[in-house]
Amino acid sequence: MRFTLSWLKQHLDTTASASEVVAAMTMAGLEVEHVDDPGARLAAFSVARIVGAHQHPNADRLRVCQVDTIDGRKEIVCGAPNARAGLTTIYAPLGAFVPGSGITLEARPVRGVVSNGMLCSAAELQTASESDGILELDDSLAVGAPAAMALGLEAVIDFEVTPNRPDWLGVVGIARDLAAAGLGKLKDPSVAAVPGKFPATIEIRVDGDACPVFAGRLIKGVTNGPSPAWLQQRLLAVGLRPISALVDVTNLMSYDRCRPLHVYDAGKLTGGFIEARLGRQGETLEALDGKTYAVTPDLCVIADGSGAIGLGGVMGGESTKVSETTTDVFVECAWFDPIRTAQAGRTLGITSDAQYRFARGVDPEFVIPGLELATRLILDLCGGEPSEIRVAGAAPAPLAAVEFDHAYVEKLSGLTVADARIDAILTDLGFAVHGEMVTPPSWRRDVDGKADLVEEVARIEGFAALPSTPLPEMARAVGGVLTVRQTRMRNARRAMAARGYAEGVTWSFIRTAWARLFGGGDASLRLVNPIAADLDCMRPSALPNLIEAAARNARQGFPDAALFEVGPIFRGDRPQDQAAVVAALVAPHPPRRWDAAPTDPLFALKADLMALLDEMGAPPLQVVQGQASAWWHPGRSARLQLGPKTVIAEFGELHPAILKALDADGPMLAFELNLDAIPEPKRKPTKTRPALALSALMPLTRDFAFLVSADTLAGDVVRPILAADKSLIAAARVFDVYQGKGVPPGQKSVAVQVTVQPVEKTLTDAEIEALSARIVAAADKAVGAKLRS
Amino acid sequence: MTDLTKLEADISALITAAPDAAALEAVRVAAMGKSGSISELLKTLGSMSPDARREQGPAINGLRDRIGGAIAERKTALEAGELDARLAAEHVDLTLPPPPERRGRVHPTMQVQDEMIAIFAEMGFGLAEGPDIEDDFHNFTALNFPPKHPAREMHDTFWLPEDAHGERKLLRTHTSPVQIRTLQQGQNEKLPSWIAAGQEPPIRIIVPGRTYRSDSDATHSPMFHQIEGLVIDRAIHMGHLKWTLETFIARFFETPLVETRFRPHHFPFTEPSAEMDVKCDRSGADIKIGQGDDWLEILGCGMVHPKVLRNCGLDPDVWQGFAFGCGIDRLGMLKYGIPDVRDTFASDVRWLDHYGFSAFAAPNPATGLS
Repeated sequence: MRFTLSWLKQHLDTTASASEVVAAMTMAGLEVEHVDDPGARLAAFSVARIVGAHQHPNADRLRVCQVDTIDGRKEIVCGAPNARAGLTTIYAPLGAFVPGSGITLEARPVRGVVSNGMLCSAAELQTASESDGILELDDSLAVGAPAAMALGLEAVIDFEVTPNRPDWLGVVGIARDLAAAGLGKLKDPSVAAVPGKFPATIEIRVDGDACPVFAGRLIKGVTNGPSPAWLQQRLLAVGLRPISALVDVTNLMSYDRCRPLHVYDAGKLTGGFIEARLGRQGETLEALDGKTYAVTPDLCVIADGSGAIGLGGVMGGESTKVSETTTDVFVECAWFDPIRTAQAGRTLGITSDAQYRFARGVDPEFVIPGLELATRLILDLCGGEPSEIRVAGAAPAPLAAVEFDHAYVEKLSGLTVADARIDAILTDLGFAVHGEMVTPPSWRRDVDGKADLVEEVARIEGFAALPSTPLPEMARAVGGVLTVRQTRMRNARRAMAARGYAEGVTWSFIRTAWARLFGGGDASLRLVNPIAADLDCMRPSALPNLIEAAARNARQGFPDAALFEVGPIFRGDRPQDQAAVVAALVAPHPPRRWDAAPTDPLFALKADLMALLDEMGAPPLQVVQGQASAWWHPGRSARLQLGPKTVIAEFGELHPAILKALDADGPMLAFELNLDAIPEPKRKPTKTRPALALSALMPLTRDFAFLVSADTLAGDVVRPILAADKSLIAAARVFDVYQGKGVPPGQKSVAVQVTVQPVEKTLTDAEIEALSARIVAAADKAVGAKLRS
Repeated sequence: MTDLTKLEADISALITAAPDAAALEAVRVAAMGKSGSISELLKTLGSMSPDARREQGPAINGLRDRIGGAIAERKTALEAGELDARLAAEHVDLTLPPPPERRGRVHPTMQVQDEMIAIFAEMGFGLAEGPDIEDDFHNFTALNFPPKHPAREMHDTFWLPEDAHGERKLLRTHTSPVQIRTLQQGQNEKLPSWIAAGQEPPIRIIVPGRTYRSDSDATHSPMFHQIEGLVIDRAIHMGHLKWTLETFIARFFETPLVETRFRPHHFPFTEPSAEMDVKCDRSGADIKIGQGDDWLEILGCGMVHPKVLRNCGLDPDVWQGFAFGCGIDRLGMLKYGIPDVRDTFASDVRWLDHYGFSAFAAPNPATGLS
């Protein structure tokens, strides 16, 4: 909403400057977005008078002018055809920045003659888009007067109107709040009735569903033409285009009183009636914007004998619009339902000044006064004779009084405000106060409870006066405030960062094609209105984004990315379908190194995953190969599970076909860990740990080299060994895998170091031999492992 | 009779000349071994007369002890020399690089989230969470955005398709739906435990999380992070709100001088509603918080609307309190001078390395926030 200071002063008796108005608005809740102050913008420019103009000695089209300026008499070279002696115009001194041409003036010779400044056109001052000469101003203006004043320009204040305050969409509403805030005195906004001279001949009908109340009157014998300068200037200042006096009056009413109206050329109305009703299937309307709209049965249309002639509360129609030749005008002043009008705006894709106001709710009790005021303005500007007013329908019921215990102000806001002051604030804002019963004014349909009244009092009293009161201590849980899951997410992040991964935060939505590659892409998870076509589906995995990020980093010359993300994935649209994952990805392109070649980097990733699981407090997990999802390399991937149904993580090398589909160069290694699948530890009453039982007996180790078929997994060799004697065998670890000379083809040697922890007594050689035999037998039974001789 | 003096001189010369441990051992065996020259002499003591033994005994034993000492001394010296030689041979070029390692980083938004959690945890706030895909009731209706009301247009909402019942889910436009989940009394929907369930007042929670609006430019991103606060008790008023947020902002920006102000505003779910501004300086290339004469809006807040409480089954004449919400990414950008929100979600390793944080920068009371 835009307005000027002089417009505000039509309603507010104040001496406040633009900056004081802005400050008061800000603190009363009218959030100023922009102040365009031509006075400041054009501060360097001032009125000047040409006293002599002569042909430039070296250029046909230039004149050398002697000019009386604020800086004394100056010789200025000017190329404008209208530069002549006696002309009052605008002068820019050397050093001034000319906004329209983007240059700063310097004392430079123009074809041999130095110009000591510049005479300006409207375009150069950016007060018009084009001009064919320098400005021609009224000769009564004094030399040196500020340009903004001479051009009648003043500060325009633009502010954000929150949806609860449609009354701020009229300047009088702004004035009322500023008066309450102490910036001045509200001028009486009441409206005098204009008696009708004859009965209205046009009947008005409403369908209450479409339009609760519709008032109108005929004004005969008007002369429509351009509106007077003051009105044009007022509209231009806030960015409205003057059209004709009749139309300009409706725009003025919209901005001055938040009271949109419509004027019809009565000579073009047919059927002797005008009605507001719901649209009919198949009806169309050519609106004032030149476009034709299909009318639907949930829209309110204005119609006469010819059918639809306007979109109620949104836009008038082409067929009945007023023109220079209009002599009889029918003025409509109605109250359109906010929700229906909001819907109409969305359906039709129209946001007009009227639609914007009706959608937010104009004052339903200002229908008749609004019509009277518009009549007065039309009579003043266009002459004519008004009919009596006709009304159909009824305004919505007035707002109910709110029971308001004044002590609630302090209880809710903490502000101490005297009862008399509370009443004064509410009264200034238009509320009717009767003891503890407060009735909101008809233009404040947002107010329906006592908290709303506290807000009114508090904002006018000023939030600066709010006390700063420490929160009372409250009983709180001992220990931290985070849940196990929250702590895990936090620790996962720092564990991964400690292991050399950089944390990315990536979109929750990805392109559907990618979602499908990772087991998602369900229709229920596809956004109806994505911000971009490649961000249209809720992700089933965090991996696609990490792959894309690594590929992007590679394209920028950083192929060795190690990234992770802790974030949500979505398996469906219900709350329980969302899970938290830790995904990590390595593009294994480390710098070349001078020392030993690294082992398979997949095992470094596995180490990171194991360390993370340990940090998360996960129980021991089974590593299952050959069952991981389709986006993994079938031979170089595995899943970690608690049992067949509880998969905690998958890891491995990503499938080359997937990387290709995502336009990424492989190889890439990754894991994705479902945090929500890790069981939470049982709550214990104390933090005490079980006593540490240290054996006094030395552990001993024995090495076994087994021959197994080449496709046997090492894990399948180790598992039966560990199970061979659970009380004595503390650990078994593969330390060598060998294929080649000395090992038969199709087989491999797996060497395992077994750690034995004697329990009660040192083991005899015979006991150790017996244990070894059990180990060998167990490995043989499980995978046919034979001890290598 | 052996010339002890000559023998000692000969053996001593051999000891000194022994080039290594093996040569020295040979000298020792020749002198002190079973049939070494000194051992042979010692054997002669038994057959001597007492007088002769009294004279020769100390001389021979003295010789044995001195030679023994000299061998031990030479042995130590030889070992030291050998060690020196070995160590000299083990020289490596330590200007060579160590095995390549990557430097891990915590994302600044997540660091800032942890910082905020730390500040509010100290004030007794617990942490509540809710789903990113919400329904209209939790995101709008219960928060006093009436159906079809223009206030909803303030939120550029991402919608999911209509289901069989004609209902459409949405991506939450703010973290406020978790207020509803926390406030809603008698909620019995069977949901995973991480999703906030209704709890009885008094309530003091914060809600960090991902939020979504269909908007994209240098300061708006279609996904961003918000942190919500909610305090409900019997006598919580706007003064408590003011203190809480002033304290939060001072602790967050880690400058005691940061000046703040509250301005009236409008949100459907709070009444009265306010926005909080901080003093800032916009004269330079980037905004400096806590200096200058300009104001910057940083969060929205207010007293929980009685209708919201009623929608959740609480009596607003008994319970009242405040709520606030602010952008985590945005506050982080201001605090750490991050220029463009879009970079936040681009996972550029250079950006993460520059703006990210060490794994060990976890906020704590002893070291501060970062």
